[in-house]
Amino acid sequence: MKTAKLTLNRKRSLLGIAFILPWLIGFIFLFATPLVQSVRFSFSKLVIAPSGYDLEFLAWDNFRNALFVDANFNRVLTSSVTDMLLNVPMILFFSLFSATLLNQKYRGRVLARAIFFLPVILASNAVAAAESSGLINLMGDASVVDEMGQSTSGYNVMSMVMLLSEAGLPMSFIDYIVNAILRIYDIITSSGVQILIFLAALQSVPGTMYEVAKMEGATAYESFWKITFPMVSPLILTNVIYTIIDSFSGSAVTDLIYTTAFKTQNFGLSSAMSWLYSLLVGVILVIIGVVLSKRVHYN
Amino acid sequence: MAAAESVEAKANQSVEADERSYRMQRIQNKTADFLYSIFRYFLVTGISFIIIYPLLMKISVAVKDPQDIYNPTIYMLPVHYTLENIRMAMQILDYFPMLGNTLLFVTVTTLLTAASCSLAGYGFARFAFPGSNLLFAFVIMTILIPSSTLMVPMYLHFRNFDVIGIIGGITGKDGINLLNTYWPSVIMSATAIGLKAGLFIYIFRQFFKGLPKEIEEAALIDGAGGIRTFASIMLPNAVSPILTVVLFSFVWQYNDTFYTSLFMSESSLIPLKVASLPAQANQLIPTLLGMGGANVKADPNQVAMIVDTGILLAILPLIVLYLLVQRYFVESVERTGIIG
Repeated sequence: MKTAKLTLNRKRSLLGIAFILPWLIGFIFLFATPLVQSVRFSFSKLVIAPSGYDLEFLAWDNFRNALFVDANFNRVLTSSVTDMLLNVPMILFFSLFSATLLNQKYRGRVLARAIFFLPVILASNAVAAAESSGLINLMGDASVVDEMGQSTSGYNVMSMVMLLSEAGLPMSFIDYIVNAILRIYDIITSSGVQILIFLAALQSVPGTMYEVAKMEGATAYESFWKITFPMVSPLILTNVIYTIIDSFSGSAVTDLIYTTAFKTQNFGLSSAMSWLYSLLVGVILVIIGVVLSKRVHYN
Repeated sequence: MAAAESVEAKANQSVEADERSYRMQRIQNKTADFLYSIFRYFLVTGISFIIIYPLLMKISVAVKDPQDIYNPTIYMLPVHYTLENIRMAMQILDYFPMLGNTLLFVTVTTLLTAASCSLAGYGFARFAFPGSNLLFAFVIMTILIPSSTLMVPMYLHFRNFDVIGIIGGITGKDGINLLNTYWPSVIMSATAIGLKAGLFIYIFRQFFKGLPKEIEEAALIDGAGGIRTFASIMLPNAVSPILTVVLFSFVWQYNDTFYTSLFMSESSLIPLKVASLPAQANQLIPTLLGMGGANVKADPNQVAMIVDTGILLAILPLIVLYLLVQRYFVESVERTGIIG
């Protein structure tokens, strides 16, 4: 009896392994191996030979070069990681806000939803690159583009800065808000998937909860903070992680790593840079994960 | 008698007062609701406008005649319409062959991704084999590690592609160069390691975990094997995650510049061509206008017009697709159980 059960179990595990086999092969040959190789490259000087490549061990030289010698890496790394960290709360706020807005019942909701998710489709780095280089071409100089971007936003922020500082808000916070307003387009276009996830979460909140709250005399505002927010809070963590991962693809660090490898042919340095980037992001993810998962409400 | 009457009158009065205050309350509520809904329309319209404004601009530019460029009174609606821009952008992009290539490439990789990720997701959701949790942790790791870390080794790997020395053994060379073919992406999607594949495995796993175990057990008792159960019981139930994965994979693959420029920098694919469009337009417009010669420079404004038209042409297939399936977009994400 026992052996029969064992074989059934064994059969089930073999079947399971058969199902994940394509992924397992891919993982071993196209993820784990390159990952280990990438570690090796980051400690070596890599020269491309007609048949493969030659490695020359350099110890920590690549990392030292990336951090202390390379003119751009530190600056690009800190600026894009800070940008990412600043973007996360704004994207979260905006996507939760839009999701609540899209979850209400009114005429034209279908159209509004269709438009709000359009950025998911149109978020293309290729298009962004073509647009900015087209503009640079038009202006003849990259520096003009920045100035033009500021002037065409067509909204005088100073009045708002004055208003907020009159209201007694700290200056750094005002900076943050104003910055968010000026970059509203970026924020909107990068929160499509997040809105989708929040919307799905909102739809899964049972309507009876709101009915009870209404009968007990809770206002819409109270029921948002007492019901909606705790119910969608697990998804906040998901969305934070998604936002961070999503920022990899268009980030300036990725571009720098790419050009270091394929334009200047310094593969070792590029691997070292990418490891530094991964480690930094990893540490941030762990910190955010630990902090948020304690505050999240699971039912 | 009189006392009773006065009591009754008082009661009546208080009822009336109640009714009046109730009516007041209702009117108040109604105005508040009304004001709120107006406010909401303002918000939704405003945000929607921000989103579709660039699109409207591009459409306007695409049908605008070059002679309208320097007319300052024109906003959005051109005076002279033309299809010349579209024709020119199509010529520069080599549009239809490129679109065909891209669609073929994207469709193949999307279908392979969906197939391999659904298999892996099902394997992780339903089978407990030694190390399955550890392996699933590795799936999460593939989501979290930036793909730039793997860039150089992957590039070298596909430059001298070989499976444990088999190909080298047969041909006597050090593997084959797969760069600038579709193979790297095809292999990666078939092995569920391509563009955001970890996320798709996660979606499938969450969904299959949420399905009741009983249907499988029934199939097992009726004598269906594991693969049969998967193909004829589980997959038909998994329409919504399949739809989600296919949609997202298609869109992301279509827009991807990272892997395409890494592995197929010379192929004729939309993301690559669009990124290099401004430079090409600059070169080709004088020739197309019949003003050949190395020293002739195109009007930068016209180049910008052509670039905008080209971008519009590039995203047009996606918009058409989106209009067709956007209804399922939200629903399918809701039903995948990604939120569970």
